[in-house]
Amino acid sequence: MLYREAGDFKTSYEADGQTFPIRLDRRGYYAILVMALAVVPFVLNDYWVNAVFLPFLIYAIAALGLNILTGYCGQVSLGTGGFMAVGAYSVYKLMTAFPEISIAIHVVLAGLITALVGVLFGLPSLRIKGFYLAVATLAAQFFLVWLFNRVPWFYNYSASGQISAPERTLLGYRITGPETQAWAVYLFCLVFLVASAWIARNLTRGSVGRKWMAIRDMDIAAEIIGVNPLTAKLSAFAVSSFFVGISGALFFAVYLGAVEVGEAFGINKSFLVLFMIIIGGLGSIFGSFAGAAFMVLMPVFLKNVLVGGLGWPTDLAAHLEFMIVGALIILFLVLEPHGLAQLWRMTKEKLRLWPFPH
Amino acid sequence: MTGPGMSAGARGRSDVRDSLDHEVTADGRKIGGVLMDMRSITLRFGGVEAIKNISFDIREGEIRAIIGPNGAGKSSMLNVISGFYVPQEGEVWFRGSRRPPMKPYQVARQGIARTFQNIALFEGMSVLDNVMTGRLTQMKTGMAAQALWWGKAQREEVENRARVEQIIDFLEIQHIRKTPVGRLPYGLKKRVELARALAADPMLLLLDEPMAGMNVEEKEDMSRFILDVNDEFGTTIALIEHDMGVVMDLSDRVVVMDYGRKIGDGTPAEVRSNQDVIDAYLGVSHD
Amino acid sequence: MPDQLLFAIEVTLNGLMAGVLYALVALGFVLIFKASGIFNYAQGVMALFAALTLVGIMEGQVPFEHLINVTFGTEIHGFGWEVPALLAILLTMVVMVLFAWAVNWIVLRHLVNQEPIILFMATIGLAYFLEGLGDMMWGSDIKTLDVGLPQGINTWIDETTFNAFGYGFFIDNLDLVATLIAILLVAALVAFSQYTKQGRALRAVADDHQAALSVGISLNFIWVLTWSIAGFVALVAGIMWGAKSGVQFSLSLIALKALPVLMLGGFTSIPGAIVGGLIIGVGEKLFEFLIGPLVGGATENWFAYVLALIFLVFRPQGLFGEKIIERV
Repeated sequence: MLYREAGDFKTSYEADGQTFPIRLDRRGYYAILVMALAVVPFVLNDYWVNAVFLPFLIYAIAALGLNILTGYCGQVSLGTGGFMAVGAYSVYKLMTAFPEISIAIHVVLAGLITALVGVLFGLPSLRIKGFYLAVATLAAQFFLVWLFNRVPWFYNYSASGQISAPERTLLGYRITGPETQAWAVYLFCLVFLVASAWIARNLTRGSVGRKWMAIRDMDIAAEIIGVNPLTAKLSAFAVSSFFVGISGALFFAVYLGAVEVGEAFGINKSFLVLFMIIIGGLGSIFGSFAGAAFMVLMPVFLKNVLVGGLGWPTDLAAHLEFMIVGALIILFLVLEPHGLAQLWRMTKEKLRLWPFPH
Repeated sequence: MTGPGMSAGARGRSDVRDSLDHEVTADGRKIGGVLMDMRSITLRFGGVEAIKNISFDIREGEIRAIIGPNGAGKSSMLNVISGFYVPQEGEVWFRGSRRPPMKPYQVARQGIARTFQNIALFEGMSVLDNVMTGRLTQMKTGMAAQALWWGKAQREEVENRARVEQIIDFLEIQHIRKTPVGRLPYGLKKRVELARALAADPMLLLLDEPMAGMNVEEKEDMSRFILDVNDEFGTTIALIEHDMGVVMDLSDRVVVMDYGRKIGDGTPAEVRSNQDVIDAYLGVSHD
Repeated sequence: MPDQLLFAIEVTLNGLMAGVLYALVALGFVLIFKASGIFNYAQGVMALFAALTLVGIMEGQVPFEHLINVTFGTEIHGFGWEVPALLAILLTMVVMVLFAWAVNWIVLRHLVNQEPIILFMATIGLAYFLEGLGDMMWGSDIKTLDVGLPQGINTWIDETTFNAFGYGFFIDNLDLVATLIAILLVAALVAFSQYTKQGRALRAVADDHQAALSVGISLNFIWVLTWSIAGFVALVAGIMWGAKSGVQFSLSLIALKALPVLMLGGFTSIPGAIVGGLIIGVGEKLFEFLIGPLVGGATENWFAYVLALIFLVFRPQGLFGEKIIERV
């Protein structure tokens, strides 16, 4: 009886509609938030930040974004990599053009620019559905990567064709460029993730979220009860791309520092984020976190075991990783199509009744 | 043709009618002017004429039935009313003005809600969320306010939730409020779909075979709900139904269609004695 | 004739040849989609895997060589024999049939009645698995594939056109062979589906699963059969692409171009796959030739997708699909 909701009565619709209706959940999440904000920054080191925390925080934002589009609104996108690239190149152009403006504002602006591009590529979704749309988003993926590769204006005519983030500070602490402090970049990304998750949660619990889900579950019925498919789909593309753009901006500016577009934002990135939301759980905020954590931790784990423990060469380990990722995707789709989020829900369900089986 | 639904309908009707005290017409109910007027509607799919030059009207406050054998064009007619199909010829008049061709969602915003023959609920959402989608036409808060869950967004959510809870009580589905729709049995799904349509506070409610596939008890319940909706909310209802007993009991006026043509129009008694209608149902064995 | 026009004709011809190869991969997609409603993203990787396996068998590689060496500290480098091309192709076909069988029994059987989009994502998982498996079995280095197909410039065309126009067209023999094989393959498939019992069963399943079941057709058998045929088509495509540009990962990316081909032609139409393939092949070569130099080149990376996207906005059912009437 460690986990229970007995005696936790709701007396208003506000209380019934809150994010964590069960008191114990609420306390748990606040505890995690306090840990993440106030404890983790003091104990982490460079390795953990670069290998685990930064990729997790950044990918979780991207997964949130894609989950809004695919999990909530039902529009499968294979263009996430391309949209992350838009975020990255936007923030690069902004950082170099307006060095006096805060990096935090640049990241948000990059998100807004990506939202615009997302809406543009979302327009065909009004006529194209299902697989056709999934393939159509490949057009965004390949076209955008090509664009950033071939049009020198985007990389400021640099000889290498790469972009690299200049040094920027926030409140006196270095966020981008060489010699950043681990805890500062960690907190910077964490704030973006928490804000994104909060916004995503608010949007998905209200009327906008219901419009998206109605379109996802049955678009014709949705239209007949009064949902304008144009605004519903495009708003999903906009919000989704906004988060994906922020994630791309952070991925480039804070995490990698220098980027070659085809390598960092290729089609594999699109699949990686898609896998995160499948494994984590489509249509679930928690699932976006869980999926991102899983897909970030698994390679680290494999590398430590296979390369560090068994002494395999890295290329073999990489091949095995591909096989495991593929097998896991299939396994999840077969066993638990709703992903880790559903497993978590079921665990809680069991815990609620524990120690009784029913 | 007279099924068990007849007694259910009759009982429901007289019970409620006795308690009414506002001004009523000769048949004992308040029926206003013409709400919707279909004028010479013709609908074609490629070379096939699904609806051939049909005119009829729906008056405020009445229960209007559209009946006919399979393939008569009833569902197509409902789809024309709800804006899903645009007729090639003819005019649709709603509330005294001609309705230009519009998208289904615009029709919905004019105050026309409907249910579907093959239940069209949002399977991935809970009953509560499904019914809440019925309120979408009433919810106006912008996305920015919702993203930050500012006062206005939260207030609107709670207000609409209150209205939805009334409807949930009315249709007696409180106990399944938080159940995912996918897990419900057929009869309850039909009721949830009605709840969703009602949540829009529609002026005109279209019901596409509300009792198809139901057993006797479920039909009785549904008949009672339809009558209650009509009486308590004053909602005008147009419905398609196969169960003749139910139709004749529930409705004030009936349109009969056969092969895309209108072959009868009038009160249940008039329609019942119409020779064309009798031929369509009894003389020819295609039903 | 002006030079520019001659160049354009040559580019068009080469585009047609490339289009044939796109069509070959697209054909595999169409077969599986028709029979099981599955949009098999892994078709491209299947072509890569088939080509890798073929090379591996021909060169007498030991499967999982690298892994075995690492795990047991051995120094195995091949069986030390070489297998003749024809036998190797047969053996590869056996591997592809085994693969079809495994996919059906391990994956698809558990996903019956799932939504199409779930099945689609499952095939993406399959593609990843197969890619890892291929590299694990045969190594990830770029391999050359030579099964004895003629290669190099076709001198007869070169000389004839030179004599006629004063400019010799460069047409690769391999492309001509590929075209010929593709035609034969399509003819064989059509004959199979029209004139054999299995073919009729296949078409029945494509039309309606439940009706097919009710007349006693085994869905499992049909699915293994279609995946095997798709494996065979993948093998042929893999041989052609592999002979042309080497067996490497980019093969599966080229195969990705079969997707816009399908969007153009419609997912269920074999003629659509062929015409779509030709349009994309010619379109991207001509676009690169005419517009490419103005915008920095390499437009082949995206042209096919953008063309399909624009096309679909105006005609969502594809070239050969029937107009979609939505019902409620």
